Amino acid sequence: MLRIGDAQYQELRRHGEEAYPHESCGVLLGRVAGDERVVTSIVRCGNARLDSPSDRYHIDPRELLRAQRLGRERGDDVVGFYHSHPDHPARWSTTDLAEAHWLGCSYVITSVERGRAEATSSFVLEGKGEDAKRFEEEEVRVASASTSPDEARPGHREGTAASDVRLP
Amino acid sequence: MKIFIPTPLRPYADGKDTVDVSARNVGEALAGLVAAHPDLRHHLYTDDGKLRAFVNVYVNDEDVRYLEREATATKEGDTLSIVPSIAGGQVPKAAALSNDEILRYSRHLIMPEVGMEGQERLKAAKVLCVGAGGLGSPLALYLAAAGVGTLGLVDFDVVDYTNLQRQILHSTSDVGRKKLDSAAEKLRAINPYLTLRPFETRLTSDNALEIVREFDLVVDGTDNFPTRYLVNDACVLTRRPNVYGSIFRFEGQVSVFATREGPCYRCLYPEPPPAGLVPSCAEGGVLGILPGLVGVMQATEAIKLILGRGEPLVGRLLLVDALRMSFRELKLRKDPSCPACGEKPTVTRLVDYDAFCGVRGEEATVSTGVPEIQVEELKRMLDAGEDPYILDVREPHEYRICNLGGHLIPLGELPRRLHELDSSREIVAHCRSGGRSAKAIALLRQAGFKKVHNLAGGILAWADRIDRTMPKY
Repeated sequence: MLRIGDAQYQELRRHGEEAYPHESCGVLLGRVAGDERVVTSIVRCGNARLDSPSDRYHIDPRELLRAQRLGRERGDDVVGFYHSHPDHPARWSTTDLAEAHWLGCSYVITSVERGRAEATSSFVLEGKGEDAKRFEEEEVRVASASTSPDEARPGHREGTAASDVRLP
Repeated sequence: MKIFIPTPLRPYADGKDTVDVSARNVGEALAGLVAAHPDLRHHLYTDDGKLRAFVNVYVNDEDVRYLEREATATKEGDTLSIVPSIAGGQVPKAAALSNDEILRYSRHLIMPEVGMEGQERLKAAKVLCVGAGGLGSPLALYLAAAGVGTLGLVDFDVVDYTNLQRQILHSTSDVGRKKLDSAAEKLRAINPYLTLRPFETRLTSDNALEIVREFDLVVDGTDNFPTRYLVNDACVLTRRPNVYGSIFRFEGQVSVFATREGPCYRCLYPEPPPAGLVPSCAEGGVLGILPGLVGVMQATEAIKLILGRGEPLVGRLLLVDALRMSFRELKLRKDPSCPACGEKPTVTRLVDYDAFCGVRGEEATVSTGVPEIQVEELKRMLDAGEDPYILDVREPHEYRICNLGGHLIPLGELPRRLHELDSSREIVAHCRSGGRSAKAIALLRQAGFKKVHNLAGGILAWADRIDRTMPKY
């Protein structure tokens, strides 16, 4: 499960809207507690894929280093990443899986349709290594700042490998 | 020194977020890390011992790839960060395959190295092919058949009979048509899913960047030095890989230039050869099959780059000799002082490549500054019984194709056979189209011959304007 504060949740969705029609991307800092990743802050990153920013993203490793350092200063770790899919569903693509290497981290995807953030889903990169990695969808629980009970936002139900590749 | 372990690798390092090692360089540091935590090896290295492509290693704030990689020296107090890359992206809608396409590409799809992901990558790929001639023919045909989604073709030429011996995109019935029209018809027939982007223009310093930017990679099928340097520089400036191929007679070269880590064409050849030294295929000939051989290898490299599979010809120049049927490989290094891709590049925009290569335009290369006569004048002299001395400076195998009954002394032998000439007679020198005979005339004038004339347009002009039964080649 991914636990995230409402402010951070809104912030990463807003980043997707601002970057539209390009893909936004950033780092989630926080702590791991058992099967849960708790996000305490997010770090916006620039999309380093200047050649096709509308359907690819790449975080410059230097930005990642900075985010890691920031996290260490606060006693936080990198627990995941977020990016947006402009005019495309909030499910992982084969490219996302091929280029995901942070096992055990959350990969949050927000679908931005015509400039408006729609569904946000999160997938954990599971498996023992590069040869056997897979995305598992996880629940995103947004802790609202104003309303006390946690508001559960079930992820977008889609995105198994088979449906993603659309075999006949 | 301290090594920071990223979250996903900590389970393989006993849960630690930092590991202390003492090491003189990055390679030793990583070796020390792996020795202390053997489970990390598989995550950091491939089976053949190379650092995995997605693993970035930073010493303090510097990527070791831009330093001396694993030989980068380290000292006490340095920090080493292992940073797996973060990337991804949606598969563009356009790249989703229809059932018909899935059937069409099934022999690709059942190979795990391609599969659906690879085929979608091919469909999403945009490849620019410069030239729709000898190399462009096999290239474009195979890239279209393989499912490359968008193919750009740059050509401004018209199909002629001498193209048909090797340019398999074009048929006999296409002679006289624009190469782009002929190519479009063939490529669409092979793959109707192809998006074809024709550019009916010569690639120039004014349009190259704009055109190249619209594509992911460039395949160079050009046949001359100015365009080759232009393609290279445009690729370096726009950071597009340049899949290079060239052919001459029985020999060919293939490489992949202008990748981030690899050398470019200028690292190999900083300067063009003196103009006229290296003959073109039109001057020196080419085995018809050779562009097929070389073009297909270029297509293979393009597909590998798109799929991200295998080992591309980056930093390697493949030399093909069809007569010996031998393939040799030369290692190429990125030249730190390369004017295009080096550390302090001086080529920061496209220049005048004709001037750079010493070419003064097509007209100027043929017969400048030597006295000329037209074929009509030669005909008149012969008809009037003036008996000029006709000097044919071509090669014996060319003489056998067609001749004017002249004295055959190939240009290369002329300096030592001057005594065979009769300086009292009017000398008319000719070759195929007028280039070599212009050099012969210049040589004769230097040697003191006065009554010398170059036959403008060579034997081709004779065949066009005097004797239409004469074969042209």
